[in-house]
Parts: sequence; C-alpha cells; structure tokens
Amino acid sequence: MIDIKNLSKSFGDNHVLRNISEHINPGEKVVIVGPSGSGKSTFLRCLNLLEIPDEGVITFEGKEITGQDVDINKIRQSMGMVFQHFNLFPNMTVMKNITLAPVQTGFMKPEEANESALALLSRVGLTEKADAYPSSLSGGQKQRIAIVRAMAMKPKVMLFDEPTSALDPEMVGEVLDVMKNLAAEGMTMAVVTHEMGFAKEVADRILFMDQGIILEQGTPDELFGNPREERTRLFLSKVL
Amino acid sequence: MFEGLEKQFYQSFVEGDRWMGFLKGLGISFEVTLGALLLGTALGILVAVIRTSHDQQAPGKNNFFLAVLNGICKVYSTVIRGTPMMVQLLIMGFVVFSASRRLVLIAILTMGINSGAYVSETIRSGIMSIDKGQMEAGRSLGMGYVPVMRHIIIPQAIKNILPALGNELITLFKDTSLVTVIGLADLTKVAIQVQAKTYQAFMPFIGIAVVYLTVVLILTWLLGKLERRLRKSDRH
Repeated sequence: MIDIKNLSKSFGDNHVLRNISEHINPGEKVVIVGPSGSGKSTFLRCLNLLEIPDEGVITFEGKEITGQDVDINKIRQSMGMVFQHFNLFPNMTVMKNITLAPVQTGFMKPEEANESALALLSRVGLTEKADAYPSSLSGGQKQRIAIVRAMAMKPKVMLFDEPTSALDPEMVGEVLDVMKNLAAEGMTMAVVTHEMGFAKEVADRILFMDQGIILEQGTPDELFGNPREERTRLFLSKVL
Repeated sequence: MFEGLEKQFYQSFVEGDRWMGFLKGLGISFEVTLGALLLGTALGILVAVIRTSHDQQAPGKNNFFLAVLNGICKVYSTVIRGTPMMVQLLIMGFVVFSASRRLVLIAILTMGINSGAYVSETIRSGIMSIDKGQMEAGRSLGMGYVPVMRHIIIPQAIKNILPALGNELITLFKDTSLVTVIGLADLTKVAIQVQAKTYQAFMPFIGIAVVYLTVVLILTWLLGKLERRLRKSDRH
C-alpha cells in the first residue's frame, strides 16, 4: 500500500532519516518505536509529505507521490493523520471541525458530511459535544475528535504521530480504545507511540528506529521477547 | 477670544444652518473611513497572504510567479510606508486623478491603499502567530493552501489582531482630516470654510476637535465590547 525506497531527510547538518526502505501492506498495523530524536515522527510525516524528503521515492497505491505533477491534496485525502497536539481548529465547533474538509474538498455535500460526522461521533461516544468548541473539551476528548476528523475523509490509511503523548495519564486509555476499534475494523495504520502495551496488543509489526534508520523490526513477540540488537534491548529495558 | 462665546457659537453652528454642513462633513469623514477600512483590510489580507505563502514555501522550492508578486508587495509596502499620507493624497488628487471630481472615491482609494500597507504587516504577524500545527492539520486533510488560509488561519489571525485593527480604524478616522487637501468637504474642511466666512477660529476648530474625540471614544468603547465578546466565545 505504501512503499518507501531509500528515504533520506536532513535538517541542516542533522541527518534525521538515513536511506530508509520499508513497505506497509493493506490492513497492516505498523507501530514505530524508538528513543526521541530517532527520526520516527519525521519518518511518519514524510509519508504524507508534511516533510518533504531530500531523497527517496514514496509510492502510495501504485502512485509515486514524491514525483512531480502529483496532486498531493488528493493523496492526503486518503491518508488521515492524527497529531500529538490534536491541532483541532479552535475557531470552529466540533461539528465544523469534522465537516470542514469533506465539504471544502467537494468530497461530500454538507448534509451528507453532517450525517457522517454524527455517526462517527456516536462511535467515539461524543455526540453531545457536536456543538461545543474545542477549548471546552478535555485532552482525551480532543484527540478522539481529531481521530474522527481524520476519519471523516474515509481515509485508506491512518497515520498517528504520538497520539497519546500530550495526554494526562487517565485519558490515554480512551484514545487507545478508539484506535484499537479502528484496528479491529481493518484500517491500515502507522503509529508512532511510546505506549508499549498498545504496540504489543495491536501491532502486526513493530519497527524500532534509532539514529535515522530502522535498526530492527519484527512481530511484537519477536521484538519484545527476543530483541537481537543491544540498542533495542537497552531501549526496551527502559520503557517496559 | 472668549468674549461673546454665545454669539460665536451662534455664528459658527446655528446661523445659516451651518450645523448641517458640519453633519454632512462628518458623514463624509465616516464614508471615507469605512471605505478605506474595507479596502485597506482587503489589500492587507491579500498582501499578507502573498508574502507569507512566499516565505512559507518548502525549502528549495521557489515559485517564480509568487516571487514576482512578493516583489510587488514589498515595493508597495516600502513606498507607501515611506511617504507621508498627505503627499500621497496630493499625488492621487492632483496628478493621477487630476481630471476626476469624484473626491470621495479618490480619498477612499488613497487612504485604503495607505492603510493596506500598514494592515498587511499587522495581519502578517497575526498569521505568523498561529501555531503551524493548524496549517499542517488542514493540509493533512487534503485541503489546499488557500482554503486552509481562508477557513482556518485567517479567521484566527484576524481575531488575534482585532485590537490592532481597531486602532487602525481609529487612526484612519482621525487621518480623514487630511483629505481636506484635495478639496473634499470632510468635517475639517467644513470647519475651515466656516472660519473663512465668520472670521472666527475658536468655535469651529474646538468644535470639530470635540466631535473627533467623541467619535474616537465611542469607537474605543465599541471595540472593547466586541473584544470581550470574542474572548468569551474562546472560553465557550
């Protein structure tokens, strides 16, 4: 579904990603873990070109999105993204947050978008917040709305960039539950997270990133049970 | 100077229904202020968006068309902010539109163009102050740069800079007294005309000063109210 070849990215002298090649299959849940500064967020943000790679080729559903003459807006419409800091639009109600993109991009008619938004809201148990403004929501509620907002475009893949890192501990669970439901429905997911429990439970494959490369990868059992690399062992001993 | 104040007052405002002339002049001052504010804000948003979208291009990318527009905007800002408004009025009134007698329109155009140069900087700083996550969130949903600007960034930026825009409105209103130089019968011009007829300066000039001050106080009060209401919707 997403194919990454020889991806490199630097910020100035800082080589954040070094020649990464990877493939994400349809329906697969890939969890990316690693120490901070290892490049995992940048890697994820390259997938929908929020960061422009310096080198390398990314292909999404057979289309080379790093090439010229690509309508990146069209591509992004089928790749949802959830951010660490939610990034809800504070000047709009929850409803408007969710329906803005589907209506503006011509993906849905306003009534259709409203209906679909209400359906999504009820799935995350936040129907009564439809007319609230983001500032009145708790962190966990904000992030669930942010997930719904991304889902409103009916994406084929969802990218999660540390979705629970900015949350109070007691709110992490409600967000992870929504993500688990998504996973159970067969959504293709790429998740950068520090929630090892979630990774164990949901991931088909875990990528361990360190210093701009994918140092090691495998199923949760392989990676958590029997890591090959010393660096991986060290990291896991600190976070588990 | 203070002798026969009543008589002076009568001559300046009542005799020959002069107060109606003052009222008409105030109306013209309002008209120019409002027109210039609308034009200035529109121009300001346009210039601010061009300049930020030029500055926010991905490193390495350099859109030629955008670079040209950006250059035009820079020249515009520099020239307008580097010359006195009165000189701009004289040029527009007696050089560019010397054949036209539509003085209100010329005044609105000149003051709007002038205001746009200042407002654009204010709006630009407003846009810069919006967290970049907002743009990313909008773009990640597949919306284009311009729709994200229009629906997400600019409404928030305007709200943040509303106090500054309010000050601009007040400044504009006071600066309308300058349009006198192109012969437009605004409030100040009416006072000058009355002085010429009655040979009395005290009443007409103190009078319009009181009018300007009153309007400014009312505007300040209204803007304060608007700001408080907007802040309330934040907490909603």
